[in-house]
Amino acid sequence: MSVATESLDSLLKREYQAGFVTDIEADTLPPGLNEDVIRLISAKKGEPEFMLEWRLKAFRHWLTMNPPSWAHVKHPPIDYQDIVYYSAPKTKKDGPKSLAEVDPKLLETYEKLGIPLHEREALAGVAVDAVFDSVSVATTFKDKLARIGIIFCAFSEAVREHPDLVQKYLGSVVPHTDNFYAALNSAVFSDGSFVYVPKGVRCPMELSTYFRMNASKSGQFERTLVIADEGAYVSYLEGCTAPMRDENQLHAAVVELVALKDAQIKYSTVQNWYPGDEAGRGGIYNFVTKRGICRGPRARISWTQVETGSAITWKYPSVVLEGEESVGEFYSVAVTNNLQQADTGTKMIHIGRNTRSTIVSKGISAARGQNTYRGLVKILKGAEGARNHTQCDSLLMGDKCGAHTFPYIEVRNPTAQVEHEATTSKISEDQLFYLQSRGLSSEDAVNMVVNGFCKRVFKELPMEFAVEAQKLLSVSLEGAVG
Amino acid sequence: MLSIKNLHASVDGKPILKGLSLEVKAGEVHAIMGPNGSGKSTLANVLAGRENYVVTQGEVIYRGKNLLASAPEERAREGVFLAFQYPVEIPGVSNIYMLKAALNAVRKARGESELDALDFIALVKERMKLAEIPEEFLYRSVNEGFSGGEKKRNEILQMALLEPRLAILDETDSGLDIDALQVVARGVNALRSPERAIVLVTHYQRLLNYIVPDYVHVLASGRIVKSGDRTLAQELDRQGYGWVAQEGAAASA
Repeated sequence: MSVATESLDSLLKREYQAGFVTDIEADTLPPGLNEDVIRLISAKKGEPEFMLEWRLKAFRHWLTMNPPSWAHVKHPPIDYQDIVYYSAPKTKKDGPKSLAEVDPKLLETYEKLGIPLHEREALAGVAVDAVFDSVSVATTFKDKLARIGIIFCAFSEAVREHPDLVQKYLGSVVPHTDNFYAALNSAVFSDGSFVYVPKGVRCPMELSTYFRMNASKSGQFERTLVIADEGAYVSYLEGCTAPMRDENQLHAAVVELVALKDAQIKYSTVQNWYPGDEAGRGGIYNFVTKRGICRGPRARISWTQVETGSAITWKYPSVVLEGEESVGEFYSVAVTNNLQQADTGTKMIHIGRNTRSTIVSKGISAARGQNTYRGLVKILKGAEGARNHTQCDSLLMGDKCGAHTFPYIEVRNPTAQVEHEATTSKISEDQLFYLQSRGLSSEDAVNMVVNGFCKRVFKELPMEFAVEAQKLLSVSLEGAVG
Repeated sequence: MLSIKNLHASVDGKPILKGLSLEVKAGEVHAIMGPNGSGKSTLANVLAGRENYVVTQGEVIYRGKNLLASAPEERAREGVFLAFQYPVEIPGVSNIYMLKAALNAVRKARGESELDALDFIALVKERMKLAEIPEEFLYRSVNEGFSGGEKKRNEILQMALLEPRLAILDETDSGLDIDALQVVARGVNALRSPERAIVLVTHYQRLLNYIVPDYVHVLASGRIVKSGDRTLAQELDRQGYGWVAQEGAAASA
């Protein structure tokens, strides 16, 4: 073993920094799922009738479905009757009306995670909705945004306050029948974020949701709906962490994006759910359905994701390109270290004429991590002049990890242009030696090479988060070279 | 500054250096010449600490300490610099970012304060004149898409920034046209100083027309078989390596 390898190995033991548990009194349902549980969730949230009906419809459909088995991941079967479907920190009244009423313990939790919820101390230009287990606990800058007509609130609040919008768009991109996890989510989702940006409004700040799983045995099933009306623009970011626990916890979220004519939505994710330990004990199963639709001409949706956490990641943020000349983009960095598994990618469905899509996927596998890119580019008959470019790169560290690429291309229009480029490389000793011989530690050298590899994706992230993503990546890969 | 005694080294189990000895003092410029396969680049890489280059015997003392015991980055921080024969491309990492990280790593080790972006840019612009590199190079990925000459000039820029005590140039002249060669030579000459030692590893005498060495050593079969002043290089240029190698073989027999 080289000197470099030894010094890296000694650094392997850096702990997952978001792994603490908040000791807070919670209103938690016993594990298990049936129609009564769904009715109870709906009642707890004071939902209108249409919502309960929708949940029940989804639940009944879910009962007829089987979990998908095609993904390149392995895990024991999940006992859906052993999951807690609702857990919320107890509040004195119906819910906090303002930040001043939020339990200080919760504020402290987010503070520890580096997400200050006091508006004065918050990152300039970022509004945050904080979701703790099953409920949204605080939303910052809400009033300021409301003044220009932007609705940014907890999903449960949107159901009560803006039922027309919710009813119109909920399930319009990801129907409750879409897949096993989406159906489950539709039945039991407890909260999430809701965004509506009205016609012609450019959202002046980054909107952000921070998801935190705290309760043991709980699943998190949040639902996010972002609607950008004609000519609107919004940039949205989500971050996620969870305590370190020995059990596997399920996170089955659904995100729907709707971009109308000339609207643009940028959706960025920095996912750092607890990945489990080196032996593969614990960690989050991150089974998420994310899809956007460009409903009008020249609409634009771009997904950027940095996936460093979770024991298993199963997600394919997709774009349905319905409007003419609409644009879909997917930029992804997925890291698998230790025993993590990721099966992730995207779907670009070209329906309208002259639609364009770009896919840039960077997979990094270290230790015994398994990293799979799975992507579908589908050009329908009417998609005259559609174009796609896919760039899919894998970086391997060590010789026990794996990188897999499954590109699916379906073209039904002869004028379409579809390009797919893929590379797989090992992190090069030459690059590391070159940087070390300039005075950089072996660790810094690895970080520099990896960050360079991911640059095209990082530069799509909002500035503050690009820095966070780089730091996260270096922590996730500590000790990875051998 | 540098004292190499009876150095034996192998690459992939194959012995390449077989008892090399060399003394280099501050302020001196040494040229190491020799035919292909004589071990020139192996010497350069052993001094910089590349993995796979295994020292089996002998010692290398640098400024009073055992150089072989330290990691490549520690050597760099102590002032050892290797200009690579084949500078490595690092996609996505801008040259300026790498240069700043390297300089600050070295400065930190020297107990100096790290330079902020503004001070660094001022410094790097000044040093770029030395290597005759246009500014746009700073913002391109490290060596990516650089021509052979540009890569070598980038090495000289790094050397000018890091201000090493001991600079080893591994075939920096190879593959350069005469203009690029002169640029590199001017850069190296500007860095000659009484505190700095320079070891030039080269196959051809050509470079030595522009960088005049104090000593010339001929390496053959892993050992220095002949040493002299710059006239030795000229003689090699006229007669080739054959005669020295034979002389060396005869001497060791």
